[in-house]
Amino acid sequence: MSIPADLMYTKQHEWVSIDGDTATVGITEYAQQELGDIVYVELPEVGESFEAEESFGSVESVKAVSQIYMPLSGRVIAVNEDLADAPEIVNQDPYGEGWMIKVEIIDPSLVHELMSAEEYENYLKEEAG
Amino acid sequence: MLRQTPLYEAHVGLGARMVDFAGWNMPVQYSGALAEHHAVRNQAGLFDVSHMGRFEVTGADAERFLQRLACNDVARLREGQAQYSALLNNEGGFIDDIVVYRLASQRYLLCVNAARREADWRWLEAGAFGDSKLVDRSDELAQIALQGPLSTKILQPLVTADLASLPYYHALACEVEEFPTLVSRTGYTGELGYELYVPSEAAVTLWERLLEVGRDKGLQPAGLAARNTLRLEAGYRLYGNDIDETTTPLEAGLGWIVGWGTGFVGESALQRQKAEGLRRKLVGFVMEDPGIARDGYPVLREGQVVGKVTSGGFAPTLDKSIGMVYLPLDGIEPGTSIEIEIRGKRKRASVCRLPFLRRG
Repeated sequence: MSIPADLMYTKQHEWVSIDGDTATVGITEYAQQELGDIVYVELPEVGESFEAEESFGSVESVKAVSQIYMPLSGRVIAVNEDLADAPEIVNQDPYGEGWMIKVEIIDPSLVHELMSAEEYENYLKEEAG
Repeated sequence: MLRQTPLYEAHVGLGARMVDFAGWNMPVQYSGALAEHHAVRNQAGLFDVSHMGRFEVTGADAERFLQRLACNDVARLREGQAQYSALLNNEGGFIDDIVVYRLASQRYLLCVNAARREADWRWLEAGAFGDSKLVDRSDELAQIALQGPLSTKILQPLVTADLASLPYYHALACEVEEFPTLVSRTGYTGELGYELYVPSEAAVTLWERLLEVGRDKGLQPAGLAARNTLRLEAGYRLYGNDIDETTTPLEAGLGWIVGWGTGFVGESALQRQKAEGLRRKLVGFVMEDPGIARDGYPVLREGQVVGKVTSGGFAPTLDKSIGMVYLPLDGIEPGTSIEIEIRGKRKRASVCRLPFLRRG
């Protein structure tokens, strides 16, 4: 199970990459595996703002729909348009080409509430346990 | 405690993801739902459908008994022929949808839904009369479905009979490898295919043999997720979703399985419904806006909720989101605009004819 060390993680299985006041958000390898074949990703519009833990979109697999949640409060500055025609990219490359949105972080203090790669790995073990 | 089919260990060995389906621990997918779906449309897929129920009816009054309990005209069935039919309640609602095989002049096999095995059994037992005997053969027989355009090529080398001479909705008792098998040209995918009724103790051997023989032709084991997307594209109704005790064959667009004048349970209710006129009918719809309509989502016309999605999902072969819904009769013309409420947002869809996909 791939859990890149340079990313931060949430309990809902989103990953966050932080670069200055910009955060890139996607779902983890574990999340895409659990969902199975992804056939539709619903993303917000650029300019929309969300509170931390608020749902900003959804990922649909053949069998089920699952909400995706904001790891941080922020304003959407970019969405991955490629996912509209090729949602399977999320299965194939969840940490790279399968990114979902980029946000401008409103409250940087919340970054400390995210999990490190090591913490997320332990969290997955506890969940499975 | 979940029930297991004789193929449970084989599924686990293939790395299947197992889920609870109507109290059975069944494979929902092996390699992936989409790959399995496409394998069935383009090559072939192998399904374990042993969780379904298999009842045998024998005796001098077997035909009269089934003529009364099942709504299609059993008298039209010749030996070796199969018939799609239904058990109805007194109001004409579905107890279950079933397949009836006439194995011999006084011997029938019924294939029933997994979730309805007990309900059907009680209903049939209560309705039995004269010289008719009901035997539950569900546990002694396993059921394997081989579906897809290459199914005949894969199966033929293993069977004693000539498959080319077996028409659609016909079945024939023969040997597959050395095992006595009922080979039926039926299925739930919309593709050319077969369902094999085999002795339970032969299930694992045959399953593995078929996968081995079919490997170079692209045969894949396929799970419940693919089974559902395949049947939805083919417009086949799913018991518990699209039909149940409150819906009738006429409303479900299955008037062709009603054997009028045969005196079946529910016939007078259906005659009344026909005379008074239907109020709603099951139709298909295709999403026009992005989004996937799932089971239970509200369906609106001109701003008013007029129904809910009975089955909905992504259709891999059509690359569209599709579904079924019961709509009031004044709005079922193909092309009629409707809206599906997806998590609070209204998305455009349009009514279409069933099935969505017509194949082999």
